[in-house]
Amino acid sequence: MNTLALNAGVTGIPEAVLFWILAPLAVLAAAGMVIVKKAVHSALLLAYVMISLAIFYIAQDAPFLGIVQIVVYTGAVMMLFLFILMLVGVDSSDSLIETIRGQRLAALLAGLSVGVLLVAGLGHAFLSGGAVGLDQANSGGNVQGLASLLFSRYVWAFEVVSALLVTAALGAMVLGHRERTVPRRTQRQLSQDRFREGSELPGAPLPNPGVFSRHNAVDIPALLPDGTPAPTSVSRVIKARGGVLPTAPFELKQEHEEDEA
Amino acid sequence: MNPSNYLFVSALLFTIGSLGVLTRRNSIVIFMCIELMLNAANLAFVTFARIQGNLDGQVIAFFTMVVAACEVVVGLAIIVSIYRSRRSASVDDVNLLKF
Repeated sequence: MNTLALNAGVTGIPEAVLFWILAPLAVLAAAGMVIVKKAVHSALLLAYVMISLAIFYIAQDAPFLGIVQIVVYTGAVMMLFLFILMLVGVDSSDSLIETIRGQRLAALLAGLSVGVLLVAGLGHAFLSGGAVGLDQANSGGNVQGLASLLFSRYVWAFEVVSALLVTAALGAMVLGHRERTVPRRTQRQLSQDRFREGSELPGAPLPNPGVFSRHNAVDIPALLPDGTPAPTSVSRVIKARGGVLPTAPFELKQEHEEDEA
Repeated sequence: MNPSNYLFVSALLFTIGSLGVLTRRNSIVIFMCIELMLNAANLAFVTFARIQGNLDGQVIAFFTMVVAACEVVVGLAIIVSIYRSRRSASVDDVNLLKF
């Protein structure tokens, strides 16, 4: 990693190339995340931004944080986001109606002024000064340096954060729990229901579609022994598409009437 | 290139995230924008660690990641429980505390 920061304060050419390729793309992806209408596309663009941030970390002598960023953010957090999107419904896109009049314009002004303030303050504070660089701090290895800080100066914060993790897991369980209002039906009750009602022949599966030797296909209802069609024999998907053929030509008739239809 | 360029990227990402929080209506997208703001702050921490020449900034960024993971877990659980009762993920439909 230290090859990227050749000496203190000045970054090397490779890092400059990396930065000027990745940074504009990351900013564009972030802007697209806000603009794009579908939530799934926003999630994918955010994953892209997070991966480029991980590359920035690795380029800035923080390899441990870069790997953790990929594992925790793009691995766990974005997976959780996509999972919730699937649960809530992918098509839950925004309504484009402004509920408060002039809110979008005011938000744009406020956000842009925050940006101008931040950039101006940073430019004022840091454009002149150089950087010390992490060559000395990382001399014993980045992970070793982080670990010695984490378990000495920040050990109390580390303990508190572990309590926070346990609390968050409990909170998610409490929030996600739903009380069952009706008792769960057992397998025995389900089988009893199957024999008492619902089927034309108790306990038997639904009849197969098709009429033997005439039109043996899924899009035509079977004929019952009395010659009437059995509506339950055709899949409801085919019924909904409207692809069910009429059974009239295949019904049993007298021999001499058969040529009509 | 000056390392403070990373700080400008971080400021831009933070601004975009705050714009998203202010303008979008879908609660999941708003949540993703908050994640973007946290990530921008992390980039600033890592850059500060490099400018100052010690690893404290990286430790703080590490803690930010842990807190962000907790926040995602609880926040998404809240979104799901609101979706269960109101059948919507839009922040405009969560209006019981409005008046």
